[in-house]
Amino acid sequence: MFSGFMINTWIAASIVAATAGLVGFFVVVRGASFAAHALPLSIFPGAAAAAWLGINEIGGLVAFAALGVIGIDALSRRGRPEVATALTLVMLLGLGTLFLSRTTTYAQEVYGLLFGQVLGIGAADITPIALVSAAAAGAVLLLFRPLLLSAVSRDLAQARGAAPARTDLAFLVILAMASAVALPVVGALLVFSLMVGPAAAARNLTDRAGLAIALSVAISLLTVWAAIALSYLTNWPVGFFVGFFGALAYGLGRGALHLRRARRAMA
Amino acid sequence: MLTLSSISVAFAGRTILHNVDFTLAQGSFCGLIGSNGSGKTTLLRTILGLVKPDRGTVDTGGHEIGYVPQKIQLDPFMPLRARDVVALGLDGNRFGLPLPSAARRRTVDAMLTAVDATGFADRRVGDLSGGQQQRIMIAHALVRRPKLLLLDEPLANLDLRSVAEVVSLLHTLSFEQRITVLLSAHDMNPLLPVMDRIVYLANGSSVSGTVGEVVRGAVLSRLYGYHIDVIRVHGRVLVVAAGGEDGLDADIACEPVHVTQIR
Repeated sequence: MFSGFMINTWIAASIVAATAGLVGFFVVVRGASFAAHALPLSIFPGAAAAAWLGINEIGGLVAFAALGVIGIDALSRRGRPEVATALTLVMLLGLGTLFLSRTTTYAQEVYGLLFGQVLGIGAADITPIALVSAAAAGAVLLLFRPLLLSAVSRDLAQARGAAPARTDLAFLVILAMASAVALPVVGALLVFSLMVGPAAAARNLTDRAGLAIALSVAISLLTVWAAIALSYLTNWPVGFFVGFFGALAYGLGRGALHLRRARRAMA
Repeated sequence: MLTLSSISVAFAGRTILHNVDFTLAQGSFCGLIGSNGSGKTTLLRTILGLVKPDRGTVDTGGHEIGYVPQKIQLDPFMPLRARDVVALGLDGNRFGLPLPSAARRRTVDAMLTAVDATGFADRRVGDLSGGQQQRIMIAHALVRRPKLLLLDEPLANLDLRSVAEVVSLLHTLSFEQRITVLLSAHDMNPLLPVMDRIVYLANGSSVSGTVGEVVRGAVLSRLYGYHIDVIRVHGRVLVVAAGGEDGLDADIACEPVHVTQIR
């Protein structure tokens, strides 16, 4: 389980999981779950575009990530963010269908991009994954307070001079970076479950933001490690275990919050 | 301390504020009174610099302004303690992680004491009652020690006891720390014991002065542009529109605009 090509899998999956746990905390407290769902799916056709144009896959993913961010941000200025997000998703998925129909990409590769291909990570993939993840994590830590304040209230952030519109755009960029590198590892559909499940569980376990982030990262790592190990042993898909443990963590978190509130009500 | 000169604001061709003038002296406690849609929020946002007036000037004397926005809905699932929200008022716009600092903690603790919130400072902010959350919002706005505090409908959606507590807290803070308070409300009743100035908004225009100068039939009739009676009953004041005229706002025509207790 820990030999040869599996080492790359463990390293890449750990980086992606830790970043998803960190970025996911702000996805959850800022109510950005829909963007976190739509961005990976909008980015995924980038791989098809790259195959058609014969360029590097990561390049295609990053290009589509940029298109997704620009689309959501530009359309949000004129209307409701969720409509803007949905329109962007539909346009980019439509482009993806076109590129897929023009290429001879195997269905197996598309399947991998949607549901993850943790067992197929090469040594050359580690460096770009690590660099982009570090940039996303660094940006989150730099913007920690403005991200938190505008999550509490946009009006408060504006009055404090924290420019919530700029913070929103910065967060979309962070989300797109984290999604683009997580995508080849855990797949477009499961990036979303790693971003939301652990963070949603963690915010119910503590009233401190810093501790909640640490717990979110820990739960995300445990989810991915358990999923890889069980997938290796059972030959069941990794995605099943990631989704299952994400939902399980969320359920346990809700139970824990309920218990803490009940105990306070009795005290 | 705060001077507004002929402020006019229009959105999409519709006039929101027209030639609004008033001056507040340092330490005064002023109610900004008007019905829903009368431009109270726009006026406060203009003072904050978040809305650019089409005409007129705002002079805050370069003072820092504390602000409590209206209708803040705090997410009950947000993992933040009440004290964290106050700390974000101190430096929530700064980059980087907030490093633990004894001075920062002392400042936040002092503010929590000033708004009488030490008893729930470590609880999750979304779990607090409306009155408790309003105290935290006031602490958030005041933690940088501004000399001017703007509050947008801070008494809306509070139970009667919380209304009295918040009004008395604001009065104490204003008196002890010489803070100028400008507070918007659609009901002036709870503010009468503490308010030394009033700015009354209707039809985008304003009148200002003491309560005795402004809350009078002749003055309000001129402001609204139709006949208004200020009726004193059982030590209270009802501000009532005569009704029946063309172009009257239905709400104002049919109902007392304000029920006001005179002291």
